Amino acid sequence: MHHTIDVKELHYRYPDGTPALRGVSLYIAPGQKVALVGPNGSGKSTLILHLNGILRGEGEVCVCGKPIRDENVPAIRAQVGLVFQDPDDQLFSHRVFEDVAFGPVHLGMEESEVRRRVGQALAAVGMEGFEDRVPHHLSMGEKRRVAIATVLAMDPEILVLDEPTAGLDPRGRRELISLLQHLPQTMLVATHDMRMVAELFPRTIVIDEGQIVADGPTAELFGNEQLLAAHGLEI
Amino acid sequence: MHFDLTDAYRPRKSAIHRLDPRVKLVVALLYILTTVAMPDGEWEAFGLLQIVALAFAWRSNLGPFYAFRRAFIALPFILAALPIPFLMPGPTVWTMPVVGWGVSAPGLVRFLSILLRTWLAVQAGILLSATTRLPEILWALSVLRVPATLVSIIGFMYRYIFILADEAVRMLRARSARSPKATGPSRPSLLWQGRMAGMMVGSLFLRSLERSERVYEAMLSRGYAGQVRMLQAFHMGRGDWLALLMAGVLLAVPVGLMLIR
Amino acid sequence: MHLSGTPLHIPDGFLSPVVSIIGWAIALAIIVIALRQTRLQLGERQVPLMGVLAAFIFAAQAINFPIAAGTSGHLLGGALAAIVMGPWAATLIMTAVIAMQGLLFQDGGLLAMGWNILNMGVFTAFAGYAGYASLRRLIGEGPRSRLAAAFAGAWLSVMVGAIATAFELALSGTSPLRAALPAMAGVHALIGLGEGIITTGAVGLLEVTRPEVIRAGEEAPGRLGAAFTLGGLSLALVVAVLSPLASASPDGLEFVAERQGFLRSALEPPFKLLPDYTLPLVRNEVLTTILAVLLGTLVVFALAWLVGRGAVRREHARES
Repeated sequence: MHHTIDVKELHYRYPDGTPALRGVSLYIAPGQKVALVGPNGSGKSTLILHLNGILRGEGEVCVCGKPIRDENVPAIRAQVGLVFQDPDDQLFSHRVFEDVAFGPVHLGMEESEVRRRVGQALAAVGMEGFEDRVPHHLSMGEKRRVAIATVLAMDPEILVLDEPTAGLDPRGRRELISLLQHLPQTMLVATHDMRMVAELFPRTIVIDEGQIVADGPTAELFGNEQLLAAHGLEI
Repeated sequence: MHFDLTDAYRPRKSAIHRLDPRVKLVVALLYILTTVAMPDGEWEAFGLLQIVALAFAWRSNLGPFYAFRRAFIALPFILAALPIPFLMPGPTVWTMPVVGWGVSAPGLVRFLSILLRTWLAVQAGILLSATTRLPEILWALSVLRVPATLVSIIGFMYRYIFILADEAVRMLRARSARSPKATGPSRPSLLWQGRMAGMMVGSLFLRSLERSERVYEAMLSRGYAGQVRMLQAFHMGRGDWLALLMAGVLLAVPVGLMLIR
Repeated sequence: MHLSGTPLHIPDGFLSPVVSIIGWAIALAIIVIALRQTRLQLGERQVPLMGVLAAFIFAAQAINFPIAAGTSGHLLGGALAAIVMGPWAATLIMTAVIAMQGLLFQDGGLLAMGWNILNMGVFTAFAGYAGYASLRRLIGEGPRSRLAAAFAGAWLSVMVGAIATAFELALSGTSPLRAALPAMAGVHALIGLGEGIITTGAVGLLEVTRPEVIRAGEEAPGRLGAAFTLGGLSLALVVAVLSPLASASPDGLEFVAERQGFLRSALEPPFKLLPDYTLPLVRNEVLTTILAVLLGTLVVFALAWLVGRGAVRREHARES
């Protein structure tokens, strides 16, 4: 069945030789919403970049039932929507419309189809009518939601987000959490926001120094004070 | 703090704003070409061209003297032409007191002509950027056969200028918060200050390099494979062709005047 | 908001239409080559990398340091861009910056943009890179060698840009060479020092924090182009000096022959380098300036070589 993430013994070293991922294995079933937590430098972002083929390490990464190979990378990038930490990195066009349209246009779609998708994606994140706005003038919360829309426009089966609530004020955070709650896709979210983890994600994976040190029900993990302290996590 | 570099564009509801960006770009370039090609001393032609510029400014709901006033910026360069009235041969019309340098009539005519040409050409540029958003100008350039890659590069640059300028401003502010007075006996040496500025530049470069890497990854994630594709944005309407024709006629008048002589 | 570096942006009206169009033709040809070369060099990264770095140069031109009485030193950036990315990439980056400045802020004209791109983009990038690379080779490896070479290259880049501008103005009949050349060369000999200091500061930081970036720049394509540019520019210089252009105006030699009075004698050089019968009097100002520039360049490069070499020797002495 589709919508799965299946990582087996993933190893990756940075260009200068330091190991970033040391044998990471995890499986995410369709429709699951999973949190990925760990201290800075633990390899969260590096792992995420492997999930749509931007980085290629040793070991196997299967997404939606298919191992990532050169031939299927373009298809995988449409199926796995990656939302990065800094929305300014993803909103690189002059208007919101163009940014959200970027994915569909590069998938080769017709103009009318592109427009339809843009409308749908913006509606899904609550940003209807923002097509003509300039990214530079949006608030952080608005930028984050538009960034998610840029990925939703490609109709992905899986969403992977890196620190989606960082830098948001309480209202923006509340809006984003509520958005994530309503999106139907399989989800993997890297975050430091433990309260959001408790609220949204029934399962949590803990990563530290490139290795998975815990993977299980969130409530269990949060009760394990030793574990939390050992890996610099606080609720 | 926001570095507001969109200063140039002034949103208005005007006939000119609504025109196809290709028309505005072509008309601006033709205007500048006409102006620059005018021989020295064609005062009537210059006057007509100025009226055309005022008319365009007025039609754009910017106020007729919008561009006229702002054309000052080009003037510092006029110093380059300053020697001309003194060096060009011809009957002397005025002699400078004390040093006795003579100003010749042809020299003066030439100097003033250069001044006027520059003033007019700058007005055309100001009106273009005030009535047309930069992304639209860029699109018009790409349609007029400027290499698409270059246009994309400029587009990206425009997008990230604000962010990087903000970072530069933050660095400058942090520096002034930490620096002793810039003048006076206890100030740090020129060399040290220069090196500090250099290090700020270097660190801004690294941040830019890293950001470009992240932008590239974001582009890859949305299907980018080396060619930036754009949707067709504008279609020439009847009003656009009419405007083009009108501009052509208007510009032909000063040229005709000049040829008659 | 005005963030330009040095006063080299030529507005429209200062160059004749013919000169402008020639400039555009040359600039476009070079841009097309630069696009191809950077595509080979950078692959898919070309657009985001060049774009963001162009934004960097634009922003970096605002980073200044106070010199004296309200003036400050700024970066133009062509040499720095060439040192870290290679001259072809630098050409593209500077082209984007100049296009922006011209289109948005009328900092530099639209017709004149061809020459502005050549002066501030192509010539600065290639001359800066050529100066840097050749001096590096002369000095050899060493901690200071790169910094000294960067300083000299940056200084040279500004000089070449300024001198080219003076010639373009003269060719258009806007500014007599004997006035424009000494003025431009003189002012920019000083501005070039600021460019050198800031460039060196930046390269120094990068050497320490991200040496692989510097190394990548040294391996970037463009060495042949740099050699050609320097050769071409030197040739152009020789031709220009010997041509009627070096006389003060389009009217030629009759020009000065007709002028009488205080002004002419005031502009005579304090000494004559060549006797009257081989070259007309008027050319001596231009010749003097050219020779002064060449001499100044030799001095700057020699000093840089000494500083770089001295550091190398000290390192070797310490190791042995």
